[in-house]
Amino acid sequence: MTYLAKPKLHHPSLKPNKVGFTRRDYEGRISTLCAGCGHDSISAAIIQACWELDIEPHRVAKMSGIGCSSKTPDYFLGQSHGFNTVHGRMPSVLTGAYLANSELLYLGVSGDGDSASIGIGQFVHSMRRGVNMVYIVENNGVYGLTKGQFSATADAGSKSKKGVVNTDSPIDLVSLALQLGASYVGRSFSGDKAQLVPLIMGAIRHRGAAFIDVISPCVAFNNHAGSTKSYDYVREHNDSVNFLDVIEGKAPIEVEQPADGSLIEVAQHDGSILRLRKTDPDYDPRDRIGAMNFIARHHAKGEVVTGLLYVDPDAVDFHQHLGSVGTPLNKLGTAELCPGPTALDKLNASLR
Amino acid sequence: MPLTATNDFVIKFANVNGSGSASANELFAKAILRMGVPVSPRNIFPSNIQGLPTWYEVRVSEAGYLGRRGGVDLMVAMNPQTWATDVAEIESGGYLYYDSTKPLPLAAFREDIEVIGMPLTMLCVKHYDDPRQRQLLKNVLYLGGLSSLLGIEPDVVEKLLGEQYQGKPQLAQPNIDAFRLGRDWAADNLKPIGLKVRRADNVGDRIFVDGNTAAGLGCVYGGATVCAWYPITPSTSVAEAFEKYARKFRTTPEGEKKYAIVQAEDEIASIGMVVGAGWNGARAFTATSGPGVSLMTEFIGLAHFAEIPATIVNVQRGGPSTGMPTRTQQADVLACAYASHGDTKHILLFPEDPFEAFEQSAAALDLADRLQTPVFVMLDLDIGMNQRLCKPFAWDESRQYDRGKVLSCEELESGRPFGRYRDVDGDGIPFRTYPGTHPSRGAFFTRGTTKNVDAGYSERGPDYLENVHRLVRKFHTARGLVPQPVVRMAARPTRIGVLYYGSTSPAMHECAELLASEGMAVDLMRIRAFPFPESVRDFVLGHAVVFLVEQNRDAQLRTLLVNEFALDPARIHPVLHYDGTPITARFISRAIRDRVELLVHQEGRAA
Repeated sequence: MTYLAKPKLHHPSLKPNKVGFTRRDYEGRISTLCAGCGHDSISAAIIQACWELDIEPHRVAKMSGIGCSSKTPDYFLGQSHGFNTVHGRMPSVLTGAYLANSELLYLGVSGDGDSASIGIGQFVHSMRRGVNMVYIVENNGVYGLTKGQFSATADAGSKSKKGVVNTDSPIDLVSLALQLGASYVGRSFSGDKAQLVPLIMGAIRHRGAAFIDVISPCVAFNNHAGSTKSYDYVREHNDSVNFLDVIEGKAPIEVEQPADGSLIEVAQHDGSILRLRKTDPDYDPRDRIGAMNFIARHHAKGEVVTGLLYVDPDAVDFHQHLGSVGTPLNKLGTAELCPGPTALDKLNASLR
Repeated sequence: MPLTATNDFVIKFANVNGSGSASANELFAKAILRMGVPVSPRNIFPSNIQGLPTWYEVRVSEAGYLGRRGGVDLMVAMNPQTWATDVAEIESGGYLYYDSTKPLPLAAFREDIEVIGMPLTMLCVKHYDDPRQRQLLKNVLYLGGLSSLLGIEPDVVEKLLGEQYQGKPQLAQPNIDAFRLGRDWAADNLKPIGLKVRRADNVGDRIFVDGNTAAGLGCVYGGATVCAWYPITPSTSVAEAFEKYARKFRTTPEGEKKYAIVQAEDEIASIGMVVGAGWNGARAFTATSGPGVSLMTEFIGLAHFAEIPATIVNVQRGGPSTGMPTRTQQADVLACAYASHGDTKHILLFPEDPFEAFEQSAAALDLADRLQTPVFVMLDLDIGMNQRLCKPFAWDESRQYDRGKVLSCEELESGRPFGRYRDVDGDGIPFRTYPGTHPSRGAFFTRGTTKNVDAGYSERGPDYLENVHRLVRKFHTARGLVPQPVVRMAARPTRIGVLYYGSTSPAMHECAELLASEGMAVDLMRIRAFPFPESVRDFVLGHAVVFLVEQNRDAQLRTLLVNEFALDPARIHPVLHYDGTPITARFISRAIRDRVELLVHQEGRAA
């Protein structure tokens, strides 16, 4: 319960990271979500990723919309500013915040109702623009807070807890993001922390629109037989195409390239290296159109393709497109911004 | 009798949109201005790109009346589609100037007007081969003809043409030639008319500019760094002006931009970006019109409740719904004052002309930061999209932006206590912090949901009440910070007071002079902002007969006034003009005169 303060006791054996914070420093308030909710695992993965990457918590801005998933930013990174905005409109608020200050890390957390229904327009356009952000959808295929209606990502033929069969075609946010020009696209499962944490780390180190779709079962309304977003279903149909390691530092440990090309290394702008071990030999995450094909073919077979699905190491972000100055816009004052009276007199003269 | 008037008449150009007439017509207005005679032009245009009727009405007034007068003394009828209504609109004794290339039946004219025919098409066909040139230069040709008829100095027009095509001599010379061709033809073939322009000295150092340009420039001067917008008539040129001036004034020598402008996917995203940028400490604004405001209302409520600065320039048009997108009204007053669900109230500023559009757009950015809330700049199409003579823009060298109550890293480090929604100064305005300021202090979670004074989630009644009561205190504080009303007392004491706002100004001032010349004295108060200061109530209570002049059907500002001060509605008589054309002095004076006569009559009977 949120009115219970979370104890701030740190076990002395907790290891601090390079910037002096322990994992506990990346936590937030106690979650009010249901016990076993996939979303809490995603919060834990975010905490782990930020701690491992030595990110100062106050340099993160957490943004969300409305829904169970959108509540979660209160449950991690308690020393970061957070903004729980309007239903489906997190992308525009995040975009505005990013325009104001290019130096913070923008972490957008949304749900399938928030991003695939009411907010699909904003989801679409934030991807198109290449806003430098980590956009995570905690995807459970259902409206939890209003008790069990289908969301737009529910598969056709899947069954609700009340026994209704969904007949509408599903929206696949990953395919959409690929089509729209997101430059880092991944999918994972809240029950697979080993896969999820590096995916988030890679997204944080990516400059551009990074999107991660995380299947996150709703234990209250969508974890039954007949659902394609349940723990059991996703475990059985999870087709992981690669394992990701995010390697930082100036001198990464060299590894031997296997002859079969099953290891790919992608260098990102900030010097980090995404080291991918292929589990599917046919899958190349640098091939956007190939990725779209692969995902569509496997989805038709009922499989959930996961892993780092696409990365463009040469991505250009929105501020670069706009040609903005390096100084964050919110740090510019009167002297930098106001053209002053002399320029105004000249302008007046041209209007006579 | 043909009308005779010098420096005091109305000329209207009836054109087809997309025919290139706009620049020739603007040149006509500017030429008269350069002769020291005030003009006020108005575009009456369709929501269309090419082929539909469009008009440009120019009031020439040496006395300086800039409101619409009504009636037409000289019609330049260049559009066969609207011929009949254009001819019918001419005042008796007025003039009709038309293209006489093709003979028209006598029935097409009126007996009580003077007809001036000039074979414009014939002249163009004779002198030009290129069809596009024939079309465009026809406009310059009639400019030449009119300059001869009205006595506009040719040097002035030729200088203006030179300025317009500066750096493009291949365009300047054909235009100057066409102008001379038209002028010479008219001088040789047409007899003089009773309307004249004569050089005067009544323009002074005033500038000639439209309100949207002024508002865009005001946002550059006021320090806006983020503009997110979605195209909508009649506000589009606000964002375009911001971009133009920001590019000019805010680009570094390396070509980097000290601003960001985003054409969003819709108005919801526009205001979302403004709210996000405002939350993160940048000055941000959007420009829109009525339908856009409707879409933005959920976010406006969030910004009000979460206390985030946002500036919204609303260039009002005729509503409701798509309404009259290219006509003017002041009909979004209530929609903006109370925008969103729940108990919300917002700050509205009412500029009267481009000078104030500039001043108040810059002021709005300060107010939004100071009060941490949305601020509307309530322009309308009449001010926004028409060039208007106004005072030159002014900026005080020493002026610094007011960023409001923001705690710095040093203040947080020094141990200064912080609670996001605590009223530490008693003015209802809490302190805030920008994200990323301090490693361990000052972070908070922003939400539209109820919270306690430290921004913690709370659904407790007392926490809710503390917050919303503080918001009321903050709104009271705003009364003293917004632009105060401007009062013009009559030369002698009077029982009659008139309230008005925004684009009604020039018509109202002219009306007061008109009434004074008839012996009726009226005190004027121009309201410049909501929330209203106490002086507005005092003005209402201080006059036995009070009028409120507005350009909407439902007397929206009157509703706001009655509501906010719990005034007796019977005390305030509405004068309402809402057909989409700008209000006139004639209209207001008739309404006031009729009402006062009725009251005098009733008092006489009662006595």
